[in-house]
Order: sequence, then structure tokens, then C-alpha cells
Amino acid sequence: MNTRGAVPAIHVRGLTKSFGGRAVIRNLDLVLPQGGSLAIVGHNGSGKTTLIRLLSGLARADAGLIHVCGVRQGLNAIAVHRAIGIVSHNTFLYQDLTPVENLQFYGRLYGVDRLHQRVETLVERFGLAGYRSTLVRMLSRGTQQRLSLARALLPDPRIVLLDEPDSGLDPQAVDMLPQLLALAELEGRTTLLTTHNLKLGLVLAQRIAILAQGRLVWEQGTPGLSEADVRAAYDLHLPKSNRIWGSPSASGATA
Amino acid sequence: MNFFNQIITVATKDIKTELRTRETLSGMLVFALLVVLIFNFAFDLRVHNVRSVVPGALWVTFTFAGVLGLNRSFASERDQGSLEGLLLAPVDRSALYLGKTSANIVFMLITEVIVLPVSTVLFNLNLLHPQLFVVALLGTIGFAGVGTLFSAIAINTRARDVMLPILLFPISIPIIIAAVKLTSAILDTGAVTEAGTWWPLLISFDAIFLVVSALIFEYAVEY
Repeated sequence: MNTRGAVPAIHVRGLTKSFGGRAVIRNLDLVLPQGGSLAIVGHNGSGKTTLIRLLSGLARADAGLIHVCGVRQGLNAIAVHRAIGIVSHNTFLYQDLTPVENLQFYGRLYGVDRLHQRVETLVERFGLAGYRSTLVRMLSRGTQQRLSLARALLPDPRIVLLDEPDSGLDPQAVDMLPQLLALAELEGRTTLLTTHNLKLGLVLAQRIAILAQGRLVWEQGTPGLSEADVRAAYDLHLPKSNRIWGSPSASGATA
Repeated sequence: MNFFNQIITVATKDIKTELRTRETLSGMLVFALLVVLIFNFAFDLRVHNVRSVVPGALWVTFTFAGVLGLNRSFASERDQGSLEGLLLAPVDRSALYLGKTSANIVFMLITEVIVLPVSTVLFNLNLLHPQLFVVALLGTIGFAGVGTLFSAIAINTRARDVMLPILLFPISIPIIIAAVKLTSAILDTGAVTEAGTWWPLLISFDAIFLVVSALIFEYAVEY
């Protein structure tokens, strides 16, 4: 995709967010071009989820600017929300509704055209046809994650934020995540993924970055990059006090 | 999607979920019926003129049962993580507020529609005046309107079950007083004309609370 001269999908300048006097995001800058994909790795508490919440508008920054598709966050929340789909460890699903009811509800809120058809397409694509009438609370975590992905893609968002999408999944489901995300047709969309899983990050994203001390301290294109390269960079940039907890691994567990 | 469709979508989702689980309604109904029963025993023992205390007893019942339902309104969304899903949707916050309020009004009205005939039997007093239903509707609109706002505020606090009534009752005093006065006038005289300024007061407070709550709701749910 030729993005030269195009407005970036995500443009962040000087972003700062503190909790209880502790700066979690500290003067962070980020530019993600339209159609680009970035994986962000970092230790627990590095601010990955906070960054996703700030980008999506769920949290308000203490300082800095966020522009989503050229629209300033905070000035036109509805336009920003329309552009973004989120997959998180929180599925945002109603436990006492069925998958189809959840999709129809969110579809109406998002004003999705030809909603019935769109819901049917996503139900078939994500293998949810057998669960049409099953309440979400009866579904496995993996099935709920598939439904959560369908929900995020329902309004055909230009940007997809994936906040540790492998969280809570068993190893088999984690291995299937790249195929599952392939169903999401993320090509052409702008994708930002936060994860502990280096393998997932290297497979899914064009670029990978390390979030440490509230900033993106290292960023590299993923072609030709190995997990060992990322781990080495991670160990280099991680504060000494955190190194005893180790670096992210291929399995997503801290080594 | 237009504003009114958003309100209807949110309200029907809440009502559909509640009809499936009956978690909120069953709690409200059982509590309300127990309160009415206890009042009935207390009045039988002590009060000869039941007509003078029933208006207050009814509105104590409605408001406390209402608090039970209002507490669940956002607590269930928060507990299952769906509140953020609502906040991420491109929906005007006031539409979200009005949808939740509409559902809460429905739940309170269902409770009141059941409590009134039961109270008629227990207190041996005809409480099935059409004007009484209008008072119940107006009082419920105002109480649920401000209660939905405070419910959204209270879910972010630790002692949310206690915080909601602490916040809600002082603010809703004008509504409760107006509703009790109107109920009393209807039961005493059976005529709405005796109610004086209480009708305009109740309607005005409903309008003010709904408008102000709709405008400031987005700040209540902000993280």
C-alpha cells in the first residue's frame, strides 16, 4: 500500500500518563502509517494496555496528542471510535446473550449496513455457526475470543488494536491465533498488537518495538529478525532492576 | 444510526437480558413485597389511620427497591467487562444514558405494578387509581433518571452498594416529597386538583434531572 503523503493512521506526540504519581507512559511518540502493522512488546507493567486504552479513548492522557486517521482524540470521539476495532483480554461480550445477539447489538450501535448479512458472514468465517443459540457464558475462552474478534471487525474498522490477544488462551489456541487473525483480513488495515509472545509479534507485524520506561526504546522491521535479536534488544533496554524477571519468550512466558 | 435508535437499542438489550436472567427484577420484587408486608404488620399494630402513612410507605418501598435495581444497572456491565464495549462504540453518551434510564424505569414500573395491587389487599385501601399510576410513572422517571447517573458514578467506588443510596437519596428528596404529597392527595380526596403545586414541581424536577444527567453523564463514565 502506497502511504506516501497519506495521513498516518495513528500519530502520537509526547504522550504521558501517570497513575498515583507513577508515570506509566512517558513522553511517548509513535507514528503508524495507514496499512502498517506494529507489534509492541514489554514487561508486565510497561504500559502496553495503558497505551491501547489511550489510543482507543478509554483513558485520557495527562499530556500529549493523539491523532487517529487525522482526527484528534478527544475532539471527535465518535469518529475515532468508528475507526477503531479492539480485541483485548476483555472480550466486551454480554454473557447472557448469544453470539448472534451480541453481534446484532454492537452492529446496531455501530450503524453497520446490511447488518443481518454482515453478522452471518462473520459467524460463518469465524466458525461460530454451531453456537448461534448458545449463551456466551457457556462458550470456551477460545470461542469467546473468536467472537470477540468478529465483534471487533463487524464495523469494518480501519484500525485494529490487539491487546495481548493470546491472553488466557491455551497453547493450542495460541498456536492457531495467526490463522485466526488471518481470517480477520487484517491486510490493508492498520494493526497495532501488544504481546508478550515474540513469535506472534514477529509473524503478525511488519515492525516490532519495545516499550520500556514508558517509551518506545527500540523499533525494527520484522523481516529477517529473529526472536533472539528481539530478546537481546529487550535485555539491553530493560532497566537493570527489571532484568531479574527476565525477557519475553516465544511462548509468551517470562523466561 | 440515529439518536433514538441508539436509545432503543441499549434499552432493549437491557430488557432482553433481564427477562432472560431475572436477576434484578426478582430481587426488586421480593424486597418490595417484604417491605410492604412488614409495613402492613407495623401499621396493624400501631396506626389506626393507615391512609395517612401508606403514601410514605409506598414510596419508601419503591425507592429502596429501585436502588437495588439501579445498583445492578452498571454493576453488571462493569463486572462482565461490557461497559467498555459500550464506551468504545460510536454512540452519543446521552443516548447511552437515556437507554439505561429507560430500562431502569421499566424495571421499577414492573415492580410498582405488582406492589400496588398487593398493597391494596394488605392495607385494605384502594390504590388502583389511574392518577396514582401517573404519579408512580412521574416519580419513577425522576428517581430512575438521577439514579442511573449516580449508579454510573458509584460503580467506580469501592463501596458502590452503599455509595449509590448515599448519593441518590439526598438529591431525589424533592421528587420523593412531591410523589408522596401527590399520592396522599389522591388517596385522601381522590382528586388531582387538591395537589396544588406538587404536579408542576414533580414534572419540573423530572425534566431538570433528566436533561442535566444526560449532559453530564459522559463525565461520570470517563476513566
